Amino acid sequence: MSNLQVSVYRYNPETDSAPYMQEFQVDTKGRDLMVLDVLHLMKEQDSALAFRRSCREGVCGSDGMNMNGKNGLACITPLSEVIKGNKLVLRPLPGLPVIRDMVVDMGLFYKQYERIQPYLQNDTPAPAIERLQSPEDREKLDGLYECILCACCSTACPSFWWNPEKFVGPAGLLQSYRFLVDTRDTATQERLSELEDPFSVFRCRGIMNCVAVCPKGLNPTRAIGKIREMLLAEAT
Amino acid sequence: MVTNITSFGRSGLSDWLMQRASAVIMALYTVFLVAYLLFNPGLDYYTWSGLFDQTWMRIFSLLTFISLAAHAWIGLWTVTTDYLKSTPLRVGAQMLIILAIFVYLVWSIQILWGA
Repeated sequence: MSNLQVSVYRYNPETDSAPYMQEFQVDTKGRDLMVLDVLHLMKEQDSALAFRRSCREGVCGSDGMNMNGKNGLACITPLSEVIKGNKLVLRPLPGLPVIRDMVVDMGLFYKQYERIQPYLQNDTPAPAIERLQSPEDREKLDGLYECILCACCSTACPSFWWNPEKFVGPAGLLQSYRFLVDTRDTATQERLSELEDPFSVFRCRGIMNCVAVCPKGLNPTRAIGKIREMLLAEAT
Repeated sequence: MVTNITSFGRSGLSDWLMQRASAVIMALYTVFLVAYLLFNPGLDYYTWSGLFDQTWMRIFSLLTFISLAAHAWIGLWTVTTDYLKSTPLRVGAQMLIILAIFVYLVWSIQILWGA
């Protein structure tokens, strides 16, 4: 027997007056399981435990959660990476309203994503086949398009915790830069003019929590710096 | 675009640039003052007031005080918008901060040119 002690956040607004932590003993049989596997073993003990998951291989971004204090995707985080003294503490993504147990309301996160208009805008007539891009211009999108919108970064960001209605957040800004730097997009001016207020971009204090937690190894702080550079070039 | 009316420059970009420019000015002033004190170990009142009698020192000092005022306004405005969620409390705090900054700035001008 190799029992892992797991403490998990439980909250059912229909029956609980307040959230609480529930203790589980999980037999991992000595294997270095992924945290998601541990959650499934816990669900065998208590089928009411609610959490999101889908692809279980780090592609869909459904199972972002806080594991021993750090955000990440449960499906691609091995126990050996997060475990401290044979204890695992699982909490929902910080800062977002909890719907039930580990399931959070991502409404604010998506609202900010919607705000940056995450789609290609081009007012020139569409060519017969496709809009071509040079390999060099295509390379500018690397490190940006890979984002899976798991919300690990934005919910690790204090600026997003304090102003989720006003600050776009690292995930939204990474996508914003993805379209700002895309040579096929012609709405650059309009996009920039929506971002120069003190909140949307400039509430970023550069503490780089987003970079530290991104399960895809992306760098939103760098993208935010690039947006600042574009705004500065535009306005000076 | 998020509207704002009590931030220093009404624009995140201008506040961001101002915050950096004012920081450089304050850093230069600090380095200068520390160096001056180190190179004048037996400093007396006459040398000290002689330094502040010179026009360039007054300009440098006033530039630093204005930088400090802008820097404090931008920084504290950010703090209030992060942590004070009640609008009357936040606006009240912002008014108080701006008033204090104004008072200190006028006071510093009086000290610089009053002696």
